[in-house]
Amino acid sequence: MTAALEIRNLHVNVGEQEILKGIDLLVKQGEIHALMGPNGSGKSTLAYCLAGHPNYAPSAGHVIFDGKDLLEMEPDERSRAGLFLAFQYPVAVSGVTVANFLRQAINARRRGDDEDDKGISIPAFRRLLKEKMDVLNMDHKFAGRYLNEGFSGGEKKRAEILQMATLEPKIAIMDETDSGLDIDALRIVAEGASSMRDQFDMGLLVITHYQRILNYIEPNYVHVMMGGRIVESGGPELALQLEDKGYDWLREKYGSVEEA
Amino acid sequence: MTTDVIDNVGEEIAVYSREAVEQLTAELNEPAWMREFRLEAWETFANTPLPTTQDEPWRRTDLRRLKLQNLGPSINGQAQVAVADVPDYLGEQLTEDKAGGVMLQVDGETTKFELSDALREQGVIFCDMHTAVNEHPELIQKHFMTRGVTVDEGKFAAMHGAFWRGGTFLYVPKNVKAAAPLHSALWSTEGRTYTHTLVVLDDGAEATFIDEYASESSRDAAIHNGAVELLVGDNAGLVYASLQDFGTNVWMFTHERARTGRDARVDWITGMMGTRLTKAFQTVELDQPGGWARMSGLFFTSGRQHFDLDTQQNHNAADTVSDLLYKGALKERSRSVWQGMIKALPGSQRIDGFQANRNLVLDRQARADSIPGLEIQADDVRCTHASTIGQLDDNEIFYLMSRGIPRETAVRMVVQGFFDPVMQRIPIEGVRERIADRILEKVG
Repeated sequence: MTAALEIRNLHVNVGEQEILKGIDLLVKQGEIHALMGPNGSGKSTLAYCLAGHPNYAPSAGHVIFDGKDLLEMEPDERSRAGLFLAFQYPVAVSGVTVANFLRQAINARRRGDDEDDKGISIPAFRRLLKEKMDVLNMDHKFAGRYLNEGFSGGEKKRAEILQMATLEPKIAIMDETDSGLDIDALRIVAEGASSMRDQFDMGLLVITHYQRILNYIEPNYVHVMMGGRIVESGGPELALQLEDKGYDWLREKYGSVEEA
Repeated sequence: MTTDVIDNVGEEIAVYSREAVEQLTAELNEPAWMREFRLEAWETFANTPLPTTQDEPWRRTDLRRLKLQNLGPSINGQAQVAVADVPDYLGEQLTEDKAGGVMLQVDGETTKFELSDALREQGVIFCDMHTAVNEHPELIQKHFMTRGVTVDEGKFAAMHGAFWRGGTFLYVPKNVKAAAPLHSALWSTEGRTYTHTLVVLDDGAEATFIDEYASESSRDAAIHNGAVELLVGDNAGLVYASLQDFGTNVWMFTHERARTGRDARVDWITGMMGTRLTKAFQTVELDQPGGWARMSGLFFTSGRQHFDLDTQQNHNAADTVSDLLYKGALKERSRSVWQGMIKALPGSQRIDGFQANRNLVLDRQARADSIPGLEIQADDVRCTHASTIGQLDDNEIFYLMSRGIPRETAVRMVVQGFFDPVMQRIPIEGVRERIADRILEKVG
């Protein structure tokens, strides 16, 4: 069965301020959506809210993921259900290696399916990890480093995509994965993500404010977010239009939203 | 324990008295020199007041609730204990190579002893301290509380000198690389032990020694007053791992000192998990040029445990290196204090001293204090220190959970990760695993 992420009238306050003012969006497995918009429009708030960050709890609305009420689920349950967020700012966890972390994540999934699961064997895990690292052109030594500790911006983003490749989510959100990547790294990461759609029918919500990444991940749909709302949706041509004209024409069109 | 005599001053004197020392030394059938040693230590003990929080090293450990007279000296040699009650993990093989010397002491009685032919042929001496006093008097007279821990260090060191009982002696002769690791495990039903560890590595000798001590948690308060002496000769190398897992009824006082000769190395690992209260003085004396010392400490306090660790890295010669890393996690209402000092004597040039203490506070009511210190009287030195007290980071937990890892597992991973850098310094995998297991048990 094809899973979907269905967001209905989602409102999120951060502190006193309402950041998301009623988001509606439907992302199905196998589809690629781009969510674009200027800084401060609420894109990352949406990402954090969907992942279950306690500081971004919704004040109204519903999110249905694969037939279940996503907002009722703990962050780990959301992940095990097949949702993935590639963080804009991945967190360093000192003393926990990339390999150990990923093995725990895989085992948590397996135990989610079967309480008595013994976990992935070490050799099988090593094979899997090497294979995924090769696709992303990563040095195998990377697996032994402490998670995100001392990683360059590009390394952090690659590590996020490595996690995505390993965990094989049904729907993934990439939050500004393109920022901080040089053009070669961007290509590898974006093509990697793109190929995951083909490999395991992953649905993808690509959050970005540049069109650049979309040269390598061709979206089926493009949405523009401003002032906490999706103001415009269209096909890939919308991204090109934004690249051409910037956001100003939309600001003029929806100026009141930006002010609110 | 009956209570009718506790407030009786006469009884107090009887428990810690010259007569009690006489009785102990007679019971142990000790030679005159050890009897004299104990009696002199008794005099020092009797003439030294109990430390108070006015004394700098005791500022953060208040002994007013310690009822010394209720505790009494070591019960070693007196308790009746079934060996079957000793937990299986004690003394189990931790080193990759099977230990060549294994000793299990239960309430001061040696209940298991093995020493391989290879080690015997090498002239390695490994035995309990009382056997050592009787069979190797020249070595004991030369090294026992003469250069390592001395009775004039304070009330508890003097008390140890007068009342010590049980413990382990290891001697490795000149230029001998001990053919296998050595492992001693001391179990006590109540934790009332005054054990002594004496390790002497002659010039050019090498050994790995694991020293475990543990006890059942019993209801009555008990005292462990121990001493550890690690004397490492020129060009010698010692790996020493002590694993402490006493019951939470035990008040532990311990004086521990390593000395290194020219180009000598000591790799000293301390894992501390048990006791109600621990006051430890751990010192390395780098006496000769080329000396190298690494001190790695791991502790985890919970409940109402109180650990107070005093470490000193004394660079008494030029061209010496010391590297200390102590990491502790704290839960519930527990408390830890680490007070570290690097000292360099005038003329101790080109030394490299490093000390770091890092603490992870897991509960609001737990408290860690971290006090680094430097006293450097030489000018061409490199000395650095670092200390941190941190809490569990919600963002780290969220990040791990966002990958499907349940909260409890995420917390465990962060705690394990916190300890990992000091774990990596432990050269014995089994010791790493033992400590890791205890950490996980403590995290819950």
